[in-house]
Amino acid sequence: MKKAKGFFLSFTFVLFVATALSATASKAPEKGETLPVFNLPIPKSSAEKAYLGLSGDGLFKIPQIKAKVVIVEIYSMYCPYCQKDAPGINELYRLIDKNPDLKTKIKIIGIGAGNTQFEVDAFKKTYQVPFPLFPDKDFSIHKACGEVRTPYFIVVKNNEDGSHQIVHAQMGGFPGAQPFLDLVLKASGLK
Amino acid sequence: MPKKIGLYWIVTIALLFASLFSDMAYATSDAFKENIYQVKMLKPVDSKLKVKVGSQAPDFTLPSVARDKVTLSQYRGKKNVVLSFVPAAWTPVCSDQWPGYNIVKDTFEQNNAILLGITVDNIPTLFAWTNQMGKLWFPILSDFWPHAAVAKKYGVLRTDGVSERALFVIDKKGIIRYIDVHDINKRPPLEDLVAALEKVNQR
Repeated sequence: MKKAKGFFLSFTFVLFVATALSATASKAPEKGETLPVFNLPIPKSSAEKAYLGLSGDGLFKIPQIKAKVVIVEIYSMYCPYCQKDAPGINELYRLIDKNPDLKTKIKIIGIGAGNTQFEVDAFKKTYQVPFPLFPDKDFSIHKACGEVRTPYFIVVKNNEDGSHQIVHAQMGGFPGAQPFLDLVLKASGLK
Repeated sequence: MPKKIGLYWIVTIALLFASLFSDMAYATSDAFKENIYQVKMLKPVDSKLKVKVGSQAPDFTLPSVARDKVTLSQYRGKKNVVLSFVPAAWTPVCSDQWPGYNIVKDTFEQNNAILLGITVDNIPTLFAWTNQMGKLWFPILSDFWPHAAVAKKYGVLRTDGVSERALFVIDKKGIIRYIDVHDINKRPPLEDLVAALEKVNQR
């Protein structure tokens, strides 16, 4: 009987850990909070590595990106609004890129909820997306972010001391490149 | 002691269920707002195929959302055909499948293929639902009446009256070259379909 009890206890513990690991956050990341803990693969492309200020291989966390502000878009190639907004987000990238003062301070990345690398590449090719996109094939990041509807925008401010904070978050409603940039500048205190 | 063992079982089974439900994952586009009807995990496949790779694709004619009729054999000798059955309008995974195909029209064209989207919903429902997806380049067909007749012919009608999430690639001779009756709870990866299309197009 003791053996059986031990087995049940171990089995329960393993399941508990497995469930906790795949747990879905109950809410979306919001202003004032820190990002949920997740890793992204360091891009293979040297241009993307340079853009993010990363080197080597392996994984990284968003606050490691060499920038004062990181705009994260959780999107999907299967999401009509993400498709509709894609040219506007590209324009946002260009507005930042052509401004020498902002170019090194603000970076943009996209995370494809439930998208494979192939699907991320298809989206990148269709819309000629100039910033790095990452697959979240098993929805693990999407789950950690409370299974938000897409697109979901998170503006992260990286502090000097290595800490970070979400200074703005919104579901959909991309207002256009310039208004969104103004919002990012104001929320992050860059302006 | 038996009481304690019973408690362990209850906890174990509860956690097992929790982990099972956490396997259903999808990202709903904001395009559909709050209108997506949430569903629990379903039996992955709940039908028995009546066709196989290498067999002639059963012909059919179905009404489309564009108010015309589409017959499978009209593409014979002209185009490869992808049939994409999805279970139901306004449900989570289905709403996130065709919009993806909509942005890779060039991939279908490069492989001389047309895509036909099919559900067992009626035309007005399909009209309202697909309007949220933007302008679709491929026909959306209603297999509503006689109910699910085409899904039945292919053997992808589930016991609750909706179809499977199934993909068929049919070559220009009308022969079925690829079948993916996918787990209804998950979206088929695009690369699998594209690989199948490329293989058919190279024949």
